[in-house]
Order: sequence, then structure tokens, then C-alpha cells
Amino acid sequence: MKKLKITLIMLLLAALLLPACAGEEAKVVEVAELFRVAVVMPSAITDLAFSQSMYDALVVIQEERGAENFEIVYSEGMFVVDDAAAAIRDYASQGFDLVIAHGSQYGSSLQEIAPDFLETSFAWGTTVDTFGMPNVFAYEAKSEEGGYVNGVMAAMLSESGVLGVVGPIETGDAKLYVDGFAVGAAATNADVQVNTNWIGSFADVALASEAAQTHIGAGADVLTGTAQMVVGAIGVAKENDVLWFGTQANQTSLAPSIVVANQVYHWEGILRQMIELIEGGTYGGQYYELTLTNGGLVIEFNADYALLDDIKAAADAAINGIVDGSITVFP
Amino acid sequence: MIEQLFTKAVLVGILSSGIRLATPYLYASIGETFSQRSGVLNLGVEGQMLLGAFAAFYVAFSTGNLWLGMLAAIITGLLMGLAMAFVSINLQAVQGISGIGFYLFGLGMSDLLFQKLLGTVETVSGFKPVYIPWLSDIPIIGEILFNQNILVYGAYFLVFAAWFVLNKTTLGLKIKAVGESPQAADSLGVSVKKVRYFAVGFGGIMSGIAGASLSIALLNVFQQNMTSGLGFIAIALVYFGGWRPFAVMGGALLFSMVNSLQLWVQVLNIPIPSDFAVMMPYVLTILALIVSVQRVRPPSALSKPFERGH
Repeated sequence: MKKLKITLIMLLLAALLLPACAGEEAKVVEVAELFRVAVVMPSAITDLAFSQSMYDALVVIQEERGAENFEIVYSEGMFVVDDAAAAIRDYASQGFDLVIAHGSQYGSSLQEIAPDFLETSFAWGTTVDTFGMPNVFAYEAKSEEGGYVNGVMAAMLSESGVLGVVGPIETGDAKLYVDGFAVGAAATNADVQVNTNWIGSFADVALASEAAQTHIGAGADVLTGTAQMVVGAIGVAKENDVLWFGTQANQTSLAPSIVVANQVYHWEGILRQMIELIEGGTYGGQYYELTLTNGGLVIEFNADYALLDDIKAAADAAINGIVDGSITVFP
Repeated sequence: MIEQLFTKAVLVGILSSGIRLATPYLYASIGETFSQRSGVLNLGVEGQMLLGAFAAFYVAFSTGNLWLGMLAAIITGLLMGLAMAFVSINLQAVQGISGIGFYLFGLGMSDLLFQKLLGTVETVSGFKPVYIPWLSDIPIIGEILFNQNILVYGAYFLVFAAWFVLNKTTLGLKIKAVGESPQAADSLGVSVKKVRYFAVGFGGIMSGIAGASLSIALLNVFQQNMTSGLGFIAIALVYFGGWRPFAVMGGALLFSMVNSLQLWVQVLNIPIPSDFAVMMPYVLTILALIVSVQRVRPPSALSKPFERGH
């Protein structure tokens, strides 16, 4: 009996702590005519990558519209899809105007949930698929564009002629970025060798760090990588004084001496468009993409890194080429 | 293509990176070996590691002193270990479940503290590789073994020390006795409670150091959930090694070496799909587990609470 009681207490304790583990946090401001957004994200809002890019964009919009008119609630660290699904349903039933499922792994959950809440607008990405539903928006980052630009610069900066890439899993915007990087590097210098390492995880910082170490051992003198576990790789790059190109968010603060440039996702443009449609009574059915052309993707250079003029010029030429259509990354 | 793997630079790379990757596993699984040898199954290792990693990082980041960071990790690990000991020894809770509870606590609390105290990913300048006169200069072997930071050396020293304590000291005998037959140990005047408290507390300290080895020696950052399952693999390694320190080290090295091998396989553009490459360490470890002839039995009293007269 005693054992049973203790088991029960422990279970209750675990249940109590579960929300804490998901890092759910709610900031609620109650005002009439308020636009309410909830977002569910796989990693932390401070991940210097995918989740942070979305959170930062929502904060930009909140600053524009005023905190009293725009409420942001988020659930971060939702790497367990079932937990995320529960959170998405929860937010929908609480009557949020827009519920964002920020991760392609949440798609099948959303497909089940969205039909039950036709008055709620959902957005998810990165994907092109709205499931043909009137209340689902889809969004995607054409990350190969910034990958191409970073690849151009990396190929020019490398003295050894070897570039190293640390990727998570060969899918989604990670794959687009990595492939774009290789195309950009090859277009600039056909002799440059791009070595890619997919470590099979979005979270394994230790393996990402060892992957960077491996690249350096194999002669790479410029590295890049995508997803939140690259903080491990950036640390190694910094220790070894090897250059780094970032993507998703601006990672300069981690290693100001070696970060050359970052492709930064700016979701605020497409969020504005979605919000406008929702306020006009259209709850979904559209697909959006971030590109260099529409300003959703921005190459942010590290002002503290003295980039040679000809390399900066080549980067600008690549950006302009992609914008005016004279360069197609994946012909 | 495959022959590229057998160049000196690549072999040195694979071995030295395998030795680094094994470091956190060694601390955590040697600590867990002590805990399990005394009869307590602690599934909270991952949570203890995360809190240890955060404590070490935060203290090192704010004071600039890595040793204070280590101390913080040790204290945090000890407190977590003692809490686990209290729940499983005094309250006699079901250990599997309470361990998961402590894991979730560590995961949530380390994230909460990270957000409240740091707010964003920061870096510290961690422990640097230590040059050992003469040894570091030995060609190849010096590069692989003696060009590492102090916590890496410490992990391998710990394996020897753990073997010695478990097999050559009275304390080790008591730990094993308490884990095999607490009634018999108790009747001979060994305090089952004290010995288990010691073993679980020590396990907590080791998990804390395992976390610190990541956050202030190998990676020098802290990120939410940065251990990403490493603590659970450490527990599996204890079973793999049959509760014997050197065999546990063998398992940790096998897993880590294959992991670093697969990183090189990809970098050398050997045409194996990345999905298969990342599976290699897991598949090989399972295979090794299957073919290892010597079947070792777990401590008889593992995960069974002890009550006098029962």
C-alpha cells in the first residue's frame, strides 16, 4: 500500500513537472479587439536558429501594433510531437486568432486538428502544403538562396579549398540550405571541395561539435551548418580560428571574431500578410515563401569581420543575381 | 575511397575524437555503475547531467573561474543524487518512475534557469588541452591520448579508480554486498542505507561532472536539452558493461569510436547514405551486446528497496 502511494505521488510529481519541461510560458494581456497568436516550437526561443527566428518576428509585429493589441503566447522545446499536438489543440480551443505550428514534424497533427476549428487560423512550416484546407496557411524558407550566397563567399575565403558543412537530418530547409551552399561554392570555384556531415539530430550539440572537429581535421578552413545544435560547431570553429557562416538567425554574438555572415529568416513580412487576411475573414489556403526578393531572407554581414571588398562585391552580385533571376540556384 | 580511412591523419582524428566523445558517458556510467551495484537504479542521470551542465556553465560564465564551475556541478549533482537517494531509500519509491521524475525535473529546471539567468546562448572559454611533457610528444599516441583537456584525462582515471574501489577495498565489498543481498549485509552490521546513500550520491556527483565536461570542457556552451539522450545511453552502457568499470569503458569507447568513424565516413565522401552512417554506432553496439558471450547477471537487489525484516 505504502509503495502504491509513493508511486502515485511520484507520478503526480512527474505530471506536475511535465509542463515545466516543455518550457511553456504564457504572457497574457487582456484587451478588447486584441489579435491573439499562439506558437508551438520544437526548440527554445533563444536557440539562435529556427525557433528564435519566428519568435523574434512575432516580437517585431507586437512592437508595431502595440502589446495591448497583439498577444503572443508560446510553447517552446516541444520536441515531442504528441505534446506539441496537445498544445496546438489547446490553443485552438482557447480561441486564438492564429495558431502557428512551427515545424514540419507537426504537419500530420495539424491535419487532424484544423478541421475541428474552422474559425481558427493555423499556419505551419516549413512546407508548401496547406492540405487544401481553408483555415491552414503554409510557409517555407527558400534557404538555398542564402546558402548559395554564403557558398560564394566561403569558396573565395577558403585557402585550403575545403569547406565543411554540419547538418542535422537531410530534409526540409536544412537540406535546401546545404545544397544551395554547395552550388554557390562550386559556381565560384569548381576546385573547392564541400564536405557535408549529417549528424542525424537537431539537438546533439556534442556530436555537432565533433563533426566540426572532423571537418577541421579533414582540412576545412571555412565551416557552416544549420539547425539549433550548431552552437557546438561554432564553438569548435572559434577555438580553431576557422571561419563560420550562419543561417536561420544571426549567430554573430556567439563568435564575433569568426562569423562572416548569416542568412537570417525574417518571418514578419509573411506574418503581416497572414494577419491582414485573417482580419479580413480569410483564414488560410495560402502558401508563402521567404526569399531574398521579398525580404524574408536577409544576408546579415558581421560588421566586426573585415570582409575583403571583392568578396563583399561577389556576395552582393550573387544576391542581385538571385533577385533579378539571372541566377537560379537549382536550375 | 575506403582506403582514405587508413591514413594516419584520419586514424588519429577518429581515435582522438572517439576518446573525447566517450568522456561524458564515462563519468555518467561509472557513477551509475556504483549506484546500481548498491541496488539503486537511477534513471535520472540525464536530468542530473543537465543541471550539472548548467550549474557549471553559469558559475564559470559569471565568475570566469572554471574550477568554481566544477564545484557548482559537483554540489548540484550531489544534491540531485541525495534527493534520489531519499526518495528511493527512505521513501522506498519505485525507482524506475522516480528516476524519470528526476529526469523531467532536471530537464525543466535547467531550461527555466537558463532562460531566467542567461536568456540566450553564451559561450565560455573552457578547459584547454593539457600538454604533458614527454607523453604529448610521442608520435600518434601522444596526439590521440595526451592532447586532451583535464576532464578527459579525469574520466579515464576514474575508470581505474572505480575498478580499484569496487574490487580491492572494503567499501567496494560493502557496495556489492548491499546490492546483492542487503539482508545478509545488514545482518553483518553493514548499514544498507548509508552505503546506498554514498553510492547514489557519488553517482549524482559523477553525473554532474559529466554535464560539466560538456558545458565547460568539450562544448563550452549551454543550450536547452543539450545532453539529448546521452544520460540514457550512459545507463545502457552500464548494462552493456555488465556493471564492471573496464567493460563499461569498452562499451563507451566502442560507441564513441564508431560515432567518430561515421563522421569521417561522411566527410571523406564515402558513398554511404547519411541515415545509415548515423545508425552505425547504435547497430554495432547492439550487435556487440548480442555476440558478447559472457552473460552477466545484474545485482540481485537492483531496484528493490530494502526494509529490515522483510
